[in-house]
Amino acid sequence: MAQIFPKWTNNTPPIIAAVVLFGAVMAVGFVWYYGSPEYTDVGYRPIQPVQYSHKLHAGDFGFDCRYCHTSVEVSTVSSIPPTNTCMNCHKIILTNSEKLHPVRESYTSGMPIEWKRIHDLPDYAYFNHSAHTRAGVGCFSCHGNVAGMEVVTQVEPLSMGWCLDCHREPDQHLRPLSEITNMKWTPPENQAELALKYKMERNISPPVDCSGCHR
Amino acid sequence: MSISEKREKQVYTDPPLIQGDPTFHSITEDISVIPEKKTPTWWYIAFAVSFSGMLMLLGMIGYLVWEGTGIWGLNVPVGWGWAIVNFVFWVGIGHAGTLISAILFLLRQRWRTSINRFAEAMTIFAVICALVFPGIHVGRIWAAYWMFPLPNQMEMWPNFRSPLLWDVFAVSSYFTVSLLFWFTGLIPDLATLRDRAKGRIKKIVYGVLSCGWRGGNRQWKHYEMAYLILAGLSTPLVLSVHSIVSTDFATSLLPGWHTTIFPPYFVAGAIFSGFAMVVTLSILARKIFKLEHIITVRHLEFMNKIIMVTGMMVGYAYSTEFFIAWYSGNEYESFAFLNRAFGPYAWAYWIMISCNVFVPQLFWFKKIRTSIVPMFIISIFINIGMWFERFVIVISSLANDFLPSSWDYYSPTIWDIGTFIGSFGLFFTLFLLFLRFLPMISITEVKGVLPQADPHFHHNGKDNGKAGGQG
Repeated sequence: MAQIFPKWTNNTPPIIAAVVLFGAVMAVGFVWYYGSPEYTDVGYRPIQPVQYSHKLHAGDFGFDCRYCHTSVEVSTVSSIPPTNTCMNCHKIILTNSEKLHPVRESYTSGMPIEWKRIHDLPDYAYFNHSAHTRAGVGCFSCHGNVAGMEVVTQVEPLSMGWCLDCHREPDQHLRPLSEITNMKWTPPENQAELALKYKMERNISPPVDCSGCHR
Repeated sequence: MSISEKREKQVYTDPPLIQGDPTFHSITEDISVIPEKKTPTWWYIAFAVSFSGMLMLLGMIGYLVWEGTGIWGLNVPVGWGWAIVNFVFWVGIGHAGTLISAILFLLRQRWRTSINRFAEAMTIFAVICALVFPGIHVGRIWAAYWMFPLPNQMEMWPNFRSPLLWDVFAVSSYFTVSLLFWFTGLIPDLATLRDRAKGRIKKIVYGVLSCGWRGGNRQWKHYEMAYLILAGLSTPLVLSVHSIVSTDFATSLLPGWHTTIFPPYFVAGAIFSGFAMVVTLSILARKIFKLEHIITVRHLEFMNKIIMVTGMMVGYAYSTEFFIAWYSGNEYESFAFLNRAFGPYAWAYWIMISCNVFVPQLFWFKKIRTSIVPMFIISIFINIGMWFERFVIVISSLANDFLPSSWDYYSPTIWDIGTFIGSFGLFFTLFLLFLRFLPMISITEVKGVLPQADPHFHHNGKDNGKAGGQG
């Protein structure tokens, strides 16, 4: 009887095994790296309708975050400032600036500026700014050093795993309440001790069950 | 007459397992001619029907994904409806295959050889049908991968204390081992088909599938060892899979589910329903393919005896449940069972009791357990009864739970029914493909139980009768 398969087919089982194994590793690696929010979301930096520089305002001039984002300590959302807030100063300063044209337009027409949202959680995750700021988690922990950004960029993945990491071990992120907007704050040497104290004082016990965030 | 000769006369010898005075060659011919000959017309008709059923299933699943589980009759308090009933039903059917192939193999029950191949195939296809239901009943199918412990950005991990997770592992490992076992057993037969194949494509396909089998001594040695190991591996699985399926119910706190008898009771029920399905299918197959001399009435009788035994175990479990409900003195437990037998689902309960407990008693009569038409009808009744058993367990316990204000009567929608019928379409599509393209009976193993396969055959047999006892 004639042979059906040539001799080289003897090598196919190990080749197939190697290809499958390699393919599986590559597939896992591909999803792991390219599918993670660290790849897909970090670095998101859309062009905003106004070329507003956080570096200039919050960094060089030293505005407190709460000058514009007023509700961050009392509300679930940290409000986007109305055009009025800009015009508090810009009625007087740089009244003819080309860059500020959309701001003036919004001020006269009453239509808000349509800022592009960068830190956007899914609708099924309930995030509350006030709960976090009152616990002493600084803006920096999630938003990075905004005061150093010419254009605001997402620096953290905002993935569920990333949230849970901090919910499980919040110690390094808890600050004195006076320091929450301080971009230069670093944990002191006795941070572990202080964190314990904060947790007692502020009654901090971050939820790690599903209904903590998915209500 | 010497003493040894006298003794030999007294020894009861079984009638031959394979009838019609077969030779090695005739067995090969009888079985491998089935996938080789032209596709018969009935096959096309049956395939068209089953394939339409399968397409219907896909359509039903598509609409389910689009619209959500609200299309089913699910509602509070019955949150588990036909999907779980069908899952347990199909997994149960999938038990006979491995019992036949593994446990009966280890127990050296030689009659298994005529039925093990397609019982195993039935197992695999039934488990595929079963796996569909837990996959789709989650509603959001794209999240079904959450059932597996895969690393993910959510750092979410399955709950290892949940029987639903044990289920995932139990059923998937059962499927994997059954598939390996089935395929390992197929290899020598695939090589036979390869060697007999005429067309080039057939040669290549069977050639690839037979993994270079040449039938040498060393290959047989490895093959038999591998087969034995796989049989050893699958044996605990026969018992574990349905035990774990039963813990889905037993570890809950619901009266009617929260019972320690569940694991053995489920296993007995699974073997019961699985054998009923094997009988149903083998009666059809032996008739259609004219294999009555290989799958003899004796084989069917053996299976009917197992059906009778497991049927009585199931009946015993039903009565134990009632006894314990009464003996516990717990009024909720007692209510759950009285409600089962006399409440709104009493009709389903009595269908279950009639089909599973009363009907198999007919097998006490040798006449009935050896005649084809009655046993076919009985096996169908058992299939129906075992579906109703799962229906009774799932639905009647949930519908009347702790809060009487939330009690409700469950009724399925057209989508429930269609999905269930569609799962039969999927099952028979796979089964018909199997019948058409693979040897439905193990050629090698049937040859092994022929008298000629006995090393002493030529000493004891007709060639050389005088030399008997010396070999």
